[in-house]
Amino acid sequence: MGPLIVNEIISQNTNFFLAFIIGIGFGFVLESSGFSSSRKLAGMFYGYDTVVLKVFFTAAIVAMLGMLFMSLFNWIDLDLVYINPTYLWSTIIGGAIMGAGFITGGFCPGTSFCAASIGKIDAMFFIGGMFLGVFLFAEAYPLLEDFYKGSFKGIPTLSEAMGLKDGIVVLGIIVAALGMFWVGEWAEKKFPQKEY
Amino acid sequence: MSKSENPTKKMRYINPYLGGVLLGIVLLAANFISGRGLGASGAAKSTIVATVNTVAPGHAENTAFFKEYNESHPEGPMKAWLVFQMLGVIVGAFISGAVFNRLKFKVEHSPKITSRRRIIFAVIGGILFGFGSQLGRGCTSGSALSGMAVMSLGGFISMAFIFGTAFVLAWFFRKNWI
Repeated sequence: MGPLIVNEIISQNTNFFLAFIIGIGFGFVLESSGFSSSRKLAGMFYGYDTVVLKVFFTAAIVAMLGMLFMSLFNWIDLDLVYINPTYLWSTIIGGAIMGAGFITGGFCPGTSFCAASIGKIDAMFFIGGMFLGVFLFAEAYPLLEDFYKGSFKGIPTLSEAMGLKDGIVVLGIIVAALGMFWVGEWAEKKFPQKEY
Repeated sequence: MSKSENPTKKMRYINPYLGGVLLGIVLLAANFISGRGLGASGAAKSTIVATVNTVAPGHAENTAFFKEYNESHPEGPMKAWLVFQMLGVIVGAFISGAVFNRLKFKVEHSPKITSRRRIIFAVIGGILFGFGSQLGRGCTSGSALSGMAVMSLGGFISMAFIFGTAFVLAWFFRKNWI
């Protein structure tokens, strides 16, 4: 049955239309959870507001479990779903640069669009910077290409890399997430900040 | 409504765990319908490629990055799943802002810093995130969250290094936030 587009149950244009609808849901959830505020997002790194942790890991768990169950019921063929490939070093260095961008800019790309959409001027400047950053990468691409395409490790899942079953790994992640939620709730009480 | 009597009173945010469940369902829908996860930085890339194609077509033809992208997207850079999804994000966030009474032009910053400082740091952060998301093949949405949802090893690495680096650097930028 799923994914609908790969199995040609819907057309390419329907797929684009549904992308728009999915985007509305994505944007609505992010904004209503408080991801349009850089103050709330950055709170994650000082402990005063751990909404990022709670939303991010709850979503990841729901999606992981949902994928496992949908696959179990034969509703979706996991072999036809896009799995992000693993390029070890470009992911590590790219991730570190993004982390630096997160703590200085207070947004990530998706949240910056949400914030700009409700009128946050700082988010509009972040988006301007982001376009510039993408352009700089494009211009520097000849220098970076070998590094960017190097250390390719295939398309492993975490469970394959650990040599464990999917269900066991997901269970481990759920337990870890519950532990982190507990720490998050504790941190919010320990490091309170006034709203501004 | 009480809005006019008390203009400072804002609607509160939804419960974060409820938000997480809803976001997980949206992510599942994307995988079920389109066989892929959510994203954001990919739409920025499409926009940059489209802009360069229009403004400097000669440059786009002679530069490896644009050439590779255009060859792999014969229908044009803007006819991409993520572009339509991001247009939806802008609409969805606006609807939420309207429903919860949060539509307002402002520079949000700590009372300890100026708007100017906040904006300078926002631009720097944007440049870093834009660059890093290209090197890392996706941002917090496309690589970390969506990657984790399909159990991609790369997704977990991406998540660990985005959040890990931000934690490590938090002390140096504390004046901006606390």
